[in-house]
Amino acid sequence: MLEVRALTKRFGALRASDGIDFDVAEGETHAVIGPNGAGKTTFISQLAGNLRPDSGTVRFAGADITALPAPRRARLGLARSFQITSVYPDFSALHNVALAVQARSGHSFRFWRDARSDPSLLHPAKNVLHEVGLGGRSQVLAANLAHGEQRQLEVAMALAMRPRLLLLDEPMAGMGIEESHRMIALLASLKRKHTIILVEHDMDAVFRLADRISVLVYGRVIATDTPEKIRRNEEVRQAYLGSEA
Amino acid sequence: MNWRLVGWAVAVALLVALPPLAIALGQTYYIDLVRRMLILSIAAISLNLILGYGGLVSFGHAAYLGIGAYSVGIMAFYGVTSGWLQWPLAIAASALVALAIGAVSIRTSGIYFIMITLAFTQMLYYLGISLDVFGGDDGMRLKARSQLSGLVNLGDPVAFYYLALALMLGSVFLVYRIVNSRFGIVLRAAKSNDSRTRAIGFSPYPYRLAAFVIAGAMGGLAGALYANHTNYITPGLMSWQQSGDLMFMVILGGMASTAGPVIGTFALLLIEEALKAWTQYWQVVLGPLLVLSVIFFKRGLAGMFYKPDA
Repeated sequence: MLEVRALTKRFGALRASDGIDFDVAEGETHAVIGPNGAGKTTFISQLAGNLRPDSGTVRFAGADITALPAPRRARLGLARSFQITSVYPDFSALHNVALAVQARSGHSFRFWRDARSDPSLLHPAKNVLHEVGLGGRSQVLAANLAHGEQRQLEVAMALAMRPRLLLLDEPMAGMGIEESHRMIALLASLKRKHTIILVEHDMDAVFRLADRISVLVYGRVIATDTPEKIRRNEEVRQAYLGSEA
Repeated sequence: MNWRLVGWAVAVALLVALPPLAIALGQTYYIDLVRRMLILSIAAISLNLILGYGGLVSFGHAAYLGIGAYSVGIMAFYGVTSGWLQWPLAIAASALVALAIGAVSIRTSGIYFIMITLAFTQMLYYLGISLDVFGGDDGMRLKARSQLSGLVNLGDPVAFYYLALALMLGSVFLVYRIVNSRFGIVLRAAKSNDSRTRAIGFSPYPYRLAAFVIAGAMGGLAGALYANHTNYITPGLMSWQQSGDLMFMVILGGMASTAGPVIGTFALLLIEEALKAWTQYWQVVLGPLLVLSVIFFKRGLAGMFYKPDA
């Protein structure tokens, strides 16, 4: 599904991505972990198309997307959520998701018909809101949703794009215990149905959800393996898990 | 009961009733004054599309007013007086210039966007000043009013008034439809959250550019009307002060609201009119009033009546 080869990005002398090889198979949930400053955000930005690598390639569903900007990648089926919550605060939850539905329904150079009451947008949007557990909150302005709900809304927007690959950038960030349990349950329900890249600090979530884990340290992937083997990997322990595992 | 629609109905009724009332009271001056408000409202409505809904702070919207007016003036100068020719050409010329200016400026954002739109409009302003054939600095007299045979005679102040009213209401409705269409939602989304909009698959640029061109075209229509209203066209129509006035009308009335730009235009011009009658130093009073209005009406005057659209 996704094939990254020798991806390199430098900021001055710093190699934020240093020859990264990375694969995601169809239907897999592949987690990316690493200590702060390991280059996770830089890596994600290059996958999503917000940052151009200095060298290396990114292939998605058979096509070379290395040079494509973010909107083109999104239209090919790469949907992302953001580490820092990114929704439309002045739109209702329903209209947030409806816009994501609109994004996959062809171009939007349609100037006359009312989009805010268009059932072909609102129906699928309602379904997705139900799926993520926000069915009762559809009319609430996104700004007035609780933090955890906003994160669920982000997942809903990504799902509404009918993506081939979900790129989730720390979906549990800033959540309380109860909220993150709800999010883990939600992600578990998406597993298998979707191909997922999960970047996450919450080790609990990572070890429960991931089929494979890649460990990023100083811009390099030092290991890619199943959760059990990553847990036992000596290099990973030293570099990263240290006291935690 | 939809209070917004009631408000519109009352406002339209008042505007329709104004000419016969003014004539009955022998105050025909008011027909002229409100006609000017109606015409400038169209320019403010078009600016609201990009400024209010698109978040594009164009500090050069007077350019299209000027291009529309000069298109009419120059064609009349060469003997083309048919409005059926002049007006579509004025609109097309404004749209074309908006396309050129927008194509460059929309690639920038923030303060750069403001400065680039201002710079382009200043270029057009100085072009107007340097064109001696068309009066240069002094401007040009409109040789003859546009001939809209079969529709109205613009020489008739009341008929012209009703045409301006109809076009203003048409502009309100047009922008209302646009901003609630799929296109408009993308435009507003890109203003609300640019990176999120890219991430779900929209490149904001073409949507912003299209809105910029539509706004320019509507500004051109307002310019064509304005040339016929004043019978005189000066480069001052493209000055940065005029651009600032248009911005102020939108902000005072309420950005991203349907009625905002109309309310703002009427309010600004009425206050101006009242102050002028009172003192010759009216600008000294207007300035602080405008500052206060921005402080106390954060959502603009329209925000007093209802919340702007989400």
